Amino acid sequence: MKQFLGFVKKEFIHIFRDVKTLVVLFGLPVAQILIFGFVIRNEIEDVNIAILDKSKDQVTFDLTGRLLASGFFRIDRYLVSEAEADELFKTGRIREVVIFGENFAEKLERENNASIQLLADASDPNSARMIVSYTQAIFASYLEEMNRESRIPLTIHAPVRMMYNADLKSAFMFVPGTMALVLMLVSAMMTSISITREKETGTMEALLVSPLRPVQIIAGKVTPYILLSFINAAIIILMGYFIFRLPIRGSLLLLFGETVLFISLALSLGIMISTASKTQVVAMFVAAFALLLPTLLLSGFIFPVENMPKILQWLCQIMPPKYFITIIKNIMLKGTGLAEVWKETLILTAMLLFFLGVSAVRFKVRLQ
Amino acid sequence: MRNKTMIPMIFALPVVQLVILVNAATLDMRNIDLIIVNNDHSTFSTELSVRFSRSPFFTVVSNNLSAEEAEKEMLVNNADMILVIPQDFEKQAYKQGKAELQVQIDAINGMTAGLINGYAMQIIRDFYIETLGESGPGALAGQGPKTISIDHRFWYNDELNFKFYMVPGILAILLTVIGMFLASLNLVREKEIGTIEQINVTPIRKYQFIIGKLLPFWIISMFELVIGLIIGKLLFNLPIEGSLLLLFAFAALYLIAVLGIGLFISTVSQTQQQAQFLNFFLLVTFVMLSGIFTPAESMPHWAQDVNLVNPLAYFIRVNRMILLKGSGFADIASDFAAMAFMAVTLTALATWRYRKTS
Repeated sequence: MKQFLGFVKKEFIHIFRDVKTLVVLFGLPVAQILIFGFVIRNEIEDVNIAILDKSKDQVTFDLTGRLLASGFFRIDRYLVSEAEADELFKTGRIREVVIFGENFAEKLERENNASIQLLADASDPNSARMIVSYTQAIFASYLEEMNRESRIPLTIHAPVRMMYNADLKSAFMFVPGTMALVLMLVSAMMTSISITREKETGTMEALLVSPLRPVQIIAGKVTPYILLSFINAAIIILMGYFIFRLPIRGSLLLLFGETVLFISLALSLGIMISTASKTQVVAMFVAAFALLLPTLLLSGFIFPVENMPKILQWLCQIMPPKYFITIIKNIMLKGTGLAEVWKETLILTAMLLFFLGVSAVRFKVRLQ
Repeated sequence: MRNKTMIPMIFALPVVQLVILVNAATLDMRNIDLIIVNNDHSTFSTELSVRFSRSPFFTVVSNNLSAEEAEKEMLVNNADMILVIPQDFEKQAYKQGKAELQVQIDAINGMTAGLINGYAMQIIRDFYIETLGESGPGALAGQGPKTISIDHRFWYNDELNFKFYMVPGILAILLTVIGMFLASLNLVREKEIGTIEQINVTPIRKYQFIIGKLLPFWIISMFELVIGLIIGKLLFNLPIEGSLLLLFAFAALYLIAVLGIGLFISTVSQTQQQAQFLNFFLLVTFVMLSGIFTPAESMPHWAQDVNLVNPLAYFIRVNRMILLKGSGFADIASDFAAMAFMAVTLTALATWRYRKTS
């Protein structure tokens, strides 16, 4: 036991001596949360558009004014012909062209109908869709005011309640996701690299002939990372709470337990990777490609799983972060208890046992 | 390059990643789980429900729950949206010309919540406008209200295929990963195992050594781009509107900048672990600021300023412009100038640092 403690101490010294890595280790989650929280916006703002006004009458001036006043759009320039649109889109200066038809006000007065054409740069399809629908909404509200005097036969009012996140803050999805990502990074990647390094530099043999048992060596290697992961998780939750007012609606104890479960899982994954890699570069590549990108993209962190092709949906089912992110979101944001997340918890536990089993077998084989 | 395990990884992994990630990174909202709470049971409300169930975006998972039950389902992630049609929906529409609906959307992911809201409002608006014209409760009596017909066209991607948008972006990220990670790790590895000392005592000049080290990675990355484009074309039917020559010219410059960053990282790191963390930190920051998922224009101004020195932001933007819109050299001349400047500065800086440390 004393030897084991000595070994753990050595590992701690190893980690704390490397100030640069430590800075990145703690700087990364902080920077990520700040970037995600402040930079990623779900709304459009200050989109550059161009206007082609074939009428230049009072109504089209009013409508243009409405677009400007909304704050969503900025008018980059006025066009004289439709042919200019393509050139402008290609330079990337503008995202939409609004074309008012000829004799706009007159037609609206006489025939009760005038026409507008919108051209949107759909090389970014979702923004294009949003920009077009914002524009339509602005024109629709103008029309509604215009029609206020005349009798409207029917209006349907459909207020929307954004559940659990009324202000559509992006932090609500980034905090749980970043937690999964950072825990994966610290626990799985750091561990796998640190164990592989001993192998690559040949010091593993030295450790193996020491009186320490192999299990103790591995346990000693991962202990510091458990602590680091935990501090990171705490920092992320605190930042979410104090900076972005992310609520913690459920039980803190449950959140704590689930985090411990996920950290253990990530560590066991790291150990498994290290048993399979010979050099650090290989371990890093496996960790980066097999752990980090799936955590970002195959976990429902940013992109919902339901939108993916069936085969990828199945792949997502074996990604541990998917379950962890669901659990965290449920506990923190929806305030659910264990009754609603027991299934996910059970799956994570099963995965943990599986990874530990595989690494144990592989580690023994290596020793013989 | 003798390292056998690395070769398949360099080529196979990006291919797999490109195929998987482009399919995974989709905001084409399909299968939005919808619960309709219909408290009205009239022809009018049924017609509205049918419109939702017929829409390709929504999957009606249930339509006979109460409002409380529906909210419980949302709590356990079985519903993305709840539409509540109140009692007397039809009656009010006929009598008062005013009807009320309630929409609840799970908004933890604000991006998708906004899209779901957009789809739902579109369906409700269409429903409303069409019932105006028919003999329903909204039938026009005599002089109707003024209307503006708004026609919209989506240029360069008329089916709004999100994959066209993602392929150039993911391709850029893969190239960056290969260039930056491989180069920095390789150099630090020499340092870590001590072989750098041996090279330092040979008569080879520093810049010759650096060029010799970086050139293979530059070639691998360019090759990576070719593979990526072929996959994009074959698998995702990616449009290639502009000049490939222009794209490769830009990529060539970009890779010099990226390798410069990789070299710089290697000069400030002692171990591969350190290098990897710096790599990762930079990559995540670059990617998130680059506007790969969300348009860079809607970011706060300071973030847009940061993007002026973010090479990935330039590369992703130019990639999309050339491939999707067919932009020519004149359209991206300023990007070219900026990238050339970054390539020269970064490599010069890294080479200078390299001399001092080794």
